[in-house]
Amino acid sequence: MIDRPLTQHLRQDGSPVFMTDYRGGGGYEGLRRVLADSSPEDCLQQVKDSRLRGRGGAGFPTGMKWSFVPMGEKAGVGPKYLIANADEMEPGTFKDRIILEQDPHQLIEGMILASYALQANVAYIFLRGEYTVAAERIETAIKECYSAGYLGENIQGSGYSLELHLHRSAGRYICGEETALISALEGKRANPRPKPPFPQVSGLWGRPTIVNNVETLCNITHILTHGAQWYQSLGIGQDSGTKLFGASGNVNNPGCWELPMGTPIREILEQHAGGMREGYTLRGFLPGGGSTDFLTPDHLDLAMDYDVIGKAGSRMGTGTMIILDDRHCPIAMVRNLSHFFAQESCGFCTPCRDGIPWIVQLLDRFESGQATEADLALLEEKARFIGGMGNTHCALAPGAMEPVTSALKYFRDDFERHIHDGRCHYHSDVGGH
Amino acid sequence: MTDLIPALSPEEIAEIEHEVSLIPRRDGAAIDALMIVQRHRGWVSDASIKAVAALLEMSAEELDGIATFYNLIFRQPVGEQVILFCDSVSCWLRDADSVKQRLIDTLGIDYGQTTQDGRYTLLPVPCLGACDRAPVMMVGDELHSQLHDCDLNALLAPGEASD
Repeated sequence: MIDRPLTQHLRQDGSPVFMTDYRGGGGYEGLRRVLADSSPEDCLQQVKDSRLRGRGGAGFPTGMKWSFVPMGEKAGVGPKYLIANADEMEPGTFKDRIILEQDPHQLIEGMILASYALQANVAYIFLRGEYTVAAERIETAIKECYSAGYLGENIQGSGYSLELHLHRSAGRYICGEETALISALEGKRANPRPKPPFPQVSGLWGRPTIVNNVETLCNITHILTHGAQWYQSLGIGQDSGTKLFGASGNVNNPGCWELPMGTPIREILEQHAGGMREGYTLRGFLPGGGSTDFLTPDHLDLAMDYDVIGKAGSRMGTGTMIILDDRHCPIAMVRNLSHFFAQESCGFCTPCRDGIPWIVQLLDRFESGQATEADLALLEEKARFIGGMGNTHCALAPGAMEPVTSALKYFRDDFERHIHDGRCHYHSDVGGH
Repeated sequence: MTDLIPALSPEEIAEIEHEVSLIPRRDGAAIDALMIVQRHRGWVSDASIKAVAALLEMSAEELDGIATFYNLIFRQPVGEQVILFCDSVSCWLRDADSVKQRLIDTLGIDYGQTTQDGRYTLLPVPCLGACDRAPVMMVGDELHSQLHDCDLNALLAPGEASD
């Protein structure tokens, strides 16, 4: 049985797998069988039983998310929508790009299956504008699917029909938030929307809509092809399946690897990422992208499972780790991240629009040696407020504050020393700015 | 208002109308329409905003609010190629700051500026999703990675900007 389903088709040279080779490797066989033998209800039950959790960052159970979509006559008149969130823009995250560029049919098969389970008849791939290579290859793959009868009217004689469109985004990180993405797809400014109503009930054009991450949808293909039991058995900890984990920063072998859920962090960093580069020592890491809390070398033996990382005070997020070494200033690192989030705030609510730039200004005072104890107290207070759930319109600002508040917790000595010395003691080394 | 529509070419109008045909509301095609105009003209002028707004039956002010929200829609003229320089955290950890300084020295421009010969505009961009190959940037549609080993002079020399 396959133990690395997400990367099974990928080639060493990174060249794309198109229809002939994808089918040669067993692709679209699951779709053919499901359309012939399974009802949408069967599919939803399989996805629930698999205990798949969303791979975009929040880790919400996919089957539960889907179960809120009204079915049959309850759905009312008009189409339901499935959207693949291919707006990969979380700092330090580079996992979906690999599938989008090298194995677009894996995503498309997952989307057809998910759409069938939800009885959605229109689907979109919302792709960030800078993924130009992926855009070309997805277009090719979509054309191949229409020619082969996997998309369009009456797919494989099943009576089920689906239209799939590629939407190339015009930018902005906030589009990765599902309701902001829907606003963008409707041609508006990408401001997030209040929930409720949830998109499952009232999403794109006011119709029931599911937005799932690329990696999540790829997992659907394998769950519905090989079954929920098999999928559960792939994980070696509490969670099911495999995950595209990654590491970037000053490690010997930065990269992305498909590993079982529950793989220890130490194994990812030491075996797969090859450990720290010579002359660099590990100080901490963000386990799953720029909006997750720092963990430290004390956490290396934790398993990469959603609840394990959650209990340690962080989030698994996207599963792509950003590594902080001893030659880079932790304050400068969170300053870089805060600048990113300040720039990417949609501007809709005041605590986010004005609060995050204030955090950047305070961090700049530390880096330039002007900070006082009063600044440290102010930084702590403002970061806690901006990061407080419910104080802002959406989750961008709370996410932005995760590296800040955790840096204050784990690297407090650095903040104190900047105040005491009146300068950044990393400036003479690499990584000051 | 109809006299403004000729500011769009027949090709642009046809492409925009195709996008409109796929969705329930004309103004829902706003972003696609702006991207279509930009593909044809390189950027989106005030005249284009007015013409597209008229075509989509929305106000020019509302359309401009959308155009200025998105960082890949350019409301000012840009060079033949736009350089999107990643200054997010993984590239920063791999010394993107010094690469950016070399870029500034090579081109003689900073963020938001265009070279005097009109070939390049330099802009920052959110994490480009190629952190294993950091530091990275895009020149036009092409991703360039591991830039500390890259000869920027050669990469950006005349004759290299055509593709």
